[in-house]
Order: sequence, then structure tokens, then C-alpha cells
Amino acid sequence: MPDTEPRFEKEGLKNVLVVAVSVCLVCSIVVSMAAVMLKPQQKANQQYDQMQNILRAAGVLQQGSNLGPQGRTVEELFSDFEVRAVNLKTGQFTEAVDPASYDPIAAAKDPAKSTDLTQVQDIATIGRREDISEVYIRRDANGAIEKVVLPVRGYGLWGTLYGYLALEGDLRTVAGLGFYSQKETPGLGGEVDNPAWKAQWPGVSIYDAEGEPAVRLVKARSPEGSPQAGYEVDALSGATLTTKGVENLVRFWTGDLGFGPFLKNLQGQTTA
Amino acid sequence: MATAKEVLLDPVFNNNPIALQVLGICSALAVTVNMATTLVMCAAVIAVTTASNAAVSLVRNRVPSSIRIIVQMTIIASLVIVVDQFLQAYAYEISKSLSVFVGLIITNCIVMGRAEAFAMQNPPGLSALDGFGNALGYSVILVGVALVREPLGSGTLLGYEILPRVADGGWFYTNGMMLLAPSAFFIIGLFIWAIRAWKPEQVEAPEYEIAPNLQYKEAM
Repeated sequence: MPDTEPRFEKEGLKNVLVVAVSVCLVCSIVVSMAAVMLKPQQKANQQYDQMQNILRAAGVLQQGSNLGPQGRTVEELFSDFEVRAVNLKTGQFTEAVDPASYDPIAAAKDPAKSTDLTQVQDIATIGRREDISEVYIRRDANGAIEKVVLPVRGYGLWGTLYGYLALEGDLRTVAGLGFYSQKETPGLGGEVDNPAWKAQWPGVSIYDAEGEPAVRLVKARSPEGSPQAGYEVDALSGATLTTKGVENLVRFWTGDLGFGPFLKNLQGQTTA
Repeated sequence: MATAKEVLLDPVFNNNPIALQVLGICSALAVTVNMATTLVMCAAVIAVTTASNAAVSLVRNRVPSSIRIIVQMTIIASLVIVVDQFLQAYAYEISKSLSVFVGLIITNCIVMGRAEAFAMQNPPGLSALDGFGNALGYSVILVGVALVREPLGSGTLLGYEILPRVADGGWFYTNGMMLLAPSAFFIIGLFIWAIRAWKPEQVEAPEYEIAPNLQYKEAM
């Protein structure tokens, strides 16, 4: 019997093309739909996460809890803070970027928006520093500054540590330090996330009498009451490079190339 | 023809993908440091393997054999991306700690292996069951490993303290090795030993036998 009907050829070129194109089409539609539909929720998660990290560093939110004093939510607590962009060269507030959508870490990768650091300057090993960064400021009812939170980062042993350094209203006393992303060895350098270690940071002075960054991570703390004691935090045992990295990043970001000029300006405004 | 019950339950102990076939152990090392990430990873693998098996089985009569692997790959990769997007939207904290390992489900040999070995020859319903069963077998081992690693490594289980650590004023010295990936190798090895002691038919025959030594003098 002659074969009049065109038979379906599974291995034929036509079928190969039809299957390949339709599989690609269906899969790409499914993937894009998932990505587009879930985008708002993901964005909200990232913002919520960032708010939590800032509040934790400032000591407003306890570790492992999502509620502040009097059961206030993360959003409510964060609304006390004003978000401002700061030009790190001049140390002044700037309106050049919208702080709500600005990403300092992305800006640091763009040669037009960042400054290359020499090896001597770059103690935190970040390569390039963004020209404009962000700060989070909480003021009391009279407009006096209560807390300032600064984004900081620097290289440890395995990768860059990203975190927030919170200062008290005097702009020289640490209110808290917390990292939201780090790749240090679990159990050794990874102890930067240990609440017991982080609890030593509040109260530490970042500047000495000359206004230079003076924080030190030490193996043995100076006796209580000695002039050095106010600048010292315990080193992490078994994690020399992580310890060095944390010391350097705090010194860098509070120094002249970091937020140093901005903090001095702010100090001048508050005392004047 | 295997019954649905066999297809579903055989991979759990009789033909476990990790313990017998020794597939998919890379992620078993990476995500078992604590129970919470392990459970989410298992859920993700169950979702992907079940759905990919069903999807591959649906198109099995249309797909030319010359491009079948790349078609399976595309389907699996799309499903993994969808699962990853869902995790980022609804389990953000855990998806951060799982980081790349959700994406790496694409390369998990179990998913691809079941699509090629089972879903290409069987109807969608049975294939979905097979995918679910194999992912369940994978999950049983992962949960077992996490059950050892989290308490011994951090003194906690699902974040709740069960062994008070010295660092927190307790008595338990945490075992740092349990926090590192190689410890999962030892634990999986012990599991394989235990399962084969329980089911001796899984013990593989030696590939060759060492010939007896017939020359009674020392080799130089």
C-alpha cells in the first residue's frame, strides 16, 4: 500500500527544529513569568533585609528578633532614620543622587562614579571607593543627632565583609558594628557574627585625641582605665587576617578617605 | 511493570540515589551544616525532580533522541530558576544562605538521571512518582546528615539550642570539623555502611580478586 499520508518523522530535521523552538519558547515564558511576577516581593525582601541590618548595627533591633521596643516593626523603627547621600570627597550632604534608589557598592565599580585607591591608601583592600555614599541618621525631638549608621566594607581572609558601623550622637563612640555578608571561616573568622564578640563594640572610641582613627583589635586588652582601653576590642582567636581586616575597614571608613571629613563636618554643625 | 508503590518507595532505602548510586552528594556536602537550609534544599529538589520528571515524560514521544539531553536540560534549568525565584520571594533568609546551591540543582545528577532513565520511558503520573521518590531518598540522607552535623557542630537543631555550648557558658565543646564540608563525607560513608549492613544485597561484588601469592620470597 503506498504511503500517501505524510508520516510524522520523530528524528527528522523538521521535528528537531519544532521541538527545539517550542521547548525554548515555553520554558522562557515560564521563567520570565515567574521572574516578573515575583519581582515586587523579592525587592521588598531585599529592602526589608537592608533595614534590618541597619537597625541591628544601630542596636535598635536585637539579633534574631523582628520587633523593637514596644513591639514596633522594622518599618516603623526604620522610619525614624533619615537616609541621606554624602559626597565622601567634600564630606557634605549631596542631592546629586536619590538615596532611596542609590547603590554605593555598584557605584564603586563604575570608574566615573568612584576613585581608584593606591596601595598605601587602600588599607581595607576595596580597590575603588565610591564618590558618593549613604548615611542613615536618627535625630531626637529637638533635631540633635542620636545615631549615625555608615555602610562599611573591607577584605578579610576569604572575601569582602559588608556591614554597617553605627555611631552615637557624639560621632566618635561606636553604637554597634554588624556584618550582613561575609565569607570568613566558620568557627574562626566567622565569629565576627558572634553576638558575644559584637557586644564589645558599643562604647569603643574611634578617634584619638588628634582625631585620627585609633580602633585596635588586640590579643590582650589594656587594663581598665588606661588611655588605650577605650579604643580596644578583643581580636578573634585563630583568625588573624579577619581581625586585621575588621580593624582596617573600621579605620578606613572612619578615616580621611572614608566618612572622616563628613563626620567632622557634622560635628561642626552640631556643636555650632 | 513496577507498581506505583514500588516506584515511590524503592528509592528511599532499596535503591537510594545517594547511598547506593552515590549521586548528588555535592549538594549533600554543602547544605547540611544546619537543618533549616537542608529542609528547604530538600523541598526544592523534591519540587524540581517531580516536576521535571512529569514534564519530560509528557514530551517524551515528541522529542527526537538527537536533542533529548538538551531538551531535558532546558526543562530542568527552567524549573530550577522558577524554584529559586520563589525562594527569593518567600524564603529570603534561607535562600541567601543556600546561595548558589539552589541554582546548582540543575547539575544534580539525580534530576537528570531520573529524567533520562525513567521519565523518557514511562507515563507522566508514574514518572512524577519516581521523581518524588528519588528526591525523597535524597532528602532522607540529607536530613540524616544535618541531624548529625548541626547538633555536633553548633549545639543547635533548627536554631534551638540542644547542647549548651562552652562559648555560651554551657559544657559542650563544638566540633569544628562538623561545620566543614568533609564531615558530610564521613557521615554519608557511615550511612552507606549502615544501610548495606541492614540490606546485604546492596553490597557490590568485588570487581576483581587479588591473586594468591605463589612465590614464597620477598619482593624487592
